[in-house]
Amino acid sequence: MDPIHQFTVEPFVPVHLFGLDVSFTNASLFMILVVALVSIVMLIGTSQRSIVPGRLQSAAEMSYEFVASTVRMTAGNEGMKFFPLIFTIFMFVLACNLLGLLPFSFSITSQIVITFALAIGIILVVIAVGVSRHGLHFLKLFVPSGVTIWLLPFIVVIEVISFLIRPVTLSVRLFANMLAGHITLKVMAGFVAALLGAGAATWIVAPLPFLANVVLLGFELFVAVLQAYIFTILSCVYLNDAIHPGH
Amino acid sequence: MAEGTAQTTASQAQPAQQQFPPFDTTNFASLLIWLALTFGLLYWLMSRIALPRVAGILEARHHKINTDVLAAHAKRKEADQAATDYQKTLDNARTDAQALAQETQTRLAAEADAKRHTLEAELGAQLAAAEKQIEETKAKAMANVDQIAQETAAAIVEHITGKPADAAAIAGAIAKLKA
Repeated sequence: MDPIHQFTVEPFVPVHLFGLDVSFTNASLFMILVVALVSIVMLIGTSQRSIVPGRLQSAAEMSYEFVASTVRMTAGNEGMKFFPLIFTIFMFVLACNLLGLLPFSFSITSQIVITFALAIGIILVVIAVGVSRHGLHFLKLFVPSGVTIWLLPFIVVIEVISFLIRPVTLSVRLFANMLAGHITLKVMAGFVAALLGAGAATWIVAPLPFLANVVLLGFELFVAVLQAYIFTILSCVYLNDAIHPGH
Repeated sequence: MAEGTAQTTASQAQPAQQQFPPFDTTNFASLLIWLALTFGLLYWLMSRIALPRVAGILEARHHKINTDVLAAHAKRKEADQAATDYQKTLDNARTDAQALAQETQTRLAAEADAKRHTLEAELGAQLAAAEKQIEETKAKAMANVDQIAQETAAAIVEHITGKPADAAAIAGAIAKLKA
């Protein structure tokens, strides 16, 4: 009944390496399941290489073209160099979000450390690409052109803060959406159980939170896909900043 | 409802010492290691195998569609050419046929004309010969008629008068009558 319990990381096989607890947990299991799920679609689905695709191959091709068009739209053709990374991020986050919606499953993206690690990874790639491509010119990212000189210090400070806060917003957005959604679903489910347990009088209203849960699940499905897309498109936007700094 | 919320607050209050699981730092190392492993594996699988394969499939399909469209265009051009050729051949044949018909008609007309002319000439000649024969026969018959008339007139005159008639006078009278 505890709506928070579902986020507990439970070690299945305790492993300690170099003084670190790297146990095989339910989170590890679901990460492996995510890789398996994406691999089934992308590898087994495309193994036929048919000109006229079947269902699974269509799914694989649609994901490919969807992410490819997103990358091209936001980061241009130069951004296509990072297409494999963006594609992996999208599929990983999407599969995590969707798999987490199954009953009794574990939602990996509702662990802040996971989303933060992904976001930091993206920001590090952005900085690496920006510096390697443009050197010190990458700092022009913080100096928008066409700003009056007395306003420039403030703008630069704001730009620096907004750049530094990016990994935080990127990770918290995904984490909070997943967390809140799963808590809501669990609380509603808890209501159903509580009403059924409270006696014959409340049995009549017990279906109401159940119906709410049905609607909420649909909504959460939408949120799962949307947040994966938002995470991806923002990664592309940040990459575009690295490729074309100086607005 | 009240009981439900009471229950949840109660269950929340119970593990109060425990941290909110997503903020429990003891799990971080494990989560990060496994994230690195699985994400790395997925990245490797996608970038090395899946994405090039999908790109290959899309490229192959694009290529196939393009070649098919080009082939279809070529075939259509061919078909158009064939249709034009056919039309041209048909037109030629029609013109030839018309010319041939015209020629045959004129030739046949000429032949028929010639035949008709010879036939007419022949028939004219025959007609003329027949007319001449009739004329001759008539003249001969007329000559006989003269003689008969003379003899008859002589007989009649001799019978009436009782003496032989003057042949010259009868001939003169007949000649006068004939004129």
